[in-house]
Amino acid sequence: MASIWRYILAGLGLAALLVGIVAAVYLTLPQAASGPDISRSKKTANGLFVASFEPERGVVRQGELQSWLLTLKTAAGAPVEGAAITVSGGMPQHDHGLPTSPQATDYLGQGRYRIDGVKFTMSGWWQLHFGISAAAGSDSVVFNIVL
Amino acid sequence: MRRLTSVVRAVQRFTESRNRSKSLFLRNSGRKTAAHFSWNCSSLLALAALVLLGGCGEPQFSDAEKKTIASLALNTLPSLKPDTTNQYADVPAAAALGSTLFFDTGMSRDGTVSCSTCHKIDRQFQDDLPQAVGVSRTNRRTMPLAGVARNPWFFWDGRRDSVWAQALTPLENPLEQAGNRAAFAHYIKKRFGERYERIFGPLPDLSTVPASASPLGTDAEKAAWNAMPTGQQDDVNRVFANIGKAIAAFERSIEPEQTRFDRFAIDLATGAKPVGDAVFSPEEVLGLKLFIGKANCVTCHNGPRFTDNSFHNTGVPPVDGLPPDRGRVDAVAQVEADPFNCLGKFRDGDESACRELRFMVKDGPQIVRAYKTPSLRGAADRPPYMHAGQFATLGEVVAHYSKVPLAVEGVSEVHPLDLSERERAALVAFLKTLSE
Repeated sequence: MASIWRYILAGLGLAALLVGIVAAVYLTLPQAASGPDISRSKKTANGLFVASFEPERGVVRQGELQSWLLTLKTAAGAPVEGAAITVSGGMPQHDHGLPTSPQATDYLGQGRYRIDGVKFTMSGWWQLHFGISAAAGSDSVVFNIVL
Repeated sequence: MRRLTSVVRAVQRFTESRNRSKSLFLRNSGRKTAAHFSWNCSSLLALAALVLLGGCGEPQFSDAEKKTIASLALNTLPSLKPDTTNQYADVPAAAALGSTLFFDTGMSRDGTVSCSTCHKIDRQFQDDLPQAVGVSRTNRRTMPLAGVARNPWFFWDGRRDSVWAQALTPLENPLEQAGNRAAFAHYIKKRFGERYERIFGPLPDLSTVPASASPLGTDAEKAAWNAMPTGQQDDVNRVFANIGKAIAAFERSIEPEQTRFDRFAIDLATGAKPVGDAVFSPEEVLGLKLFIGKANCVTCHNGPRFTDNSFHNTGVPPVDGLPPDRGRVDAVAQVEADPFNCLGKFRDGDESACRELRFMVKDGPQIVRAYKTPSLRGAADRPPYMHAGQFATLGEVVAHYSKVPLAVEGVSEVHPLDLSERERAALVAFLKTLSE
């Protein structure tokens, strides 16, 4: 009889150990690991372009109208000129769009386009979708911005 | 953060002792191991109790919570930016004339209504009524004016884009001051001619301007306006715009004041021990935690003014007997058509100041029955609430956000919170700290 209890206790002990380890690992893991991809440079959906998206003045300020730069290169690294760009987006977790209508306002050379009128009114996960049409064809890209 | 660290430490200790009890178990008898196990359990319980007790004494906030609380404090409010669209915005004589005009009932059709009729100086510049009453009853709640010059949009639906363009609108609204711009130009010349000219330069020749004329007035006023030469219309519009610019210069001085919440937040940020009224009760701490956490209030009521300056449909019901009200979606065309908007010819400075107008959202379901997020500073002292005074108490407001009815038109952005009675009371208790 005693040996059965011994095994049951051993089993309980091992199970508790496992739960403890899982809990410790879960609690100490950095939160960002499960968030959306927040890279500022990526290939467009069909691989036609490489797009980079950065705030023009380097920092993102919540609640302020800001201009950003969208830089477009071909897969071979050549700047994309004369692109027609549409901008949309929103907050996927709040079912609402952007609080402003950002537009591509200027071409600054070397594949760089100014996207003006960007405003993030709250903290959280934002998405900006770009539709890009250029000589090489049409493609799209989505950037995630987490404030 | 402190609490999270304690939990992690407790979990780590738990795993360590399991390891130890496992090795002990392999060496010793079952009875001994069971005793060891129970000792571990009681030490763990004691530790958990300590963690909980720690939470009941000094208010404890995570680093993320502290950061959010600091972002709401009034000391993070930046200094007021110059308004380049109004070159008189910071001219003291303009503000002085603006203040005279603000309180002058002569600035109305029948001489009984001024801006201050609804924007009462001793009532946070609002009137405590569900819908404002000027010459007649309007369909919207009067907004308070603290920090008004910081808004990108004006009125509940944002149908104007500057303080000075806003100030002109009630002057000609038949339900508010019910005047007309030709009459206002004559009145300014007669009553305040010298003061006006010292600020804005010579008044135009008004001798052939009709006594009453406006593109927005009665049929007779419209006809009189249309009969005026374009140059004369421009002259009257210029005087009218300057009336707005003077009132705006005065309104720039109306700013939010420090509250109990700000004293609490500053102490929390600096690590100082709060004293006097900066001490929050456990209920107020719970309300603050809900506000920035589970209740999601801070999603829209953010920054030191507790507003994101944007428009949202939150399913607030319409009021029986009032005309249909679709909020922001109907205001877009109005602000675009306003001759006094930022892109119009009465703006001072250059067009770079007009980015809010240029990049505004013009359509889409999200702006249907969307209304501006109001600041919550001082809100506890100024019921009723919402754009047409739909709710009589803060308790009703919080209950609305807790149960979230469907919007009558468009889609409500709010998700049900299912707050308990205690949680709703705590939120109201916290909101009161923004009025004390």
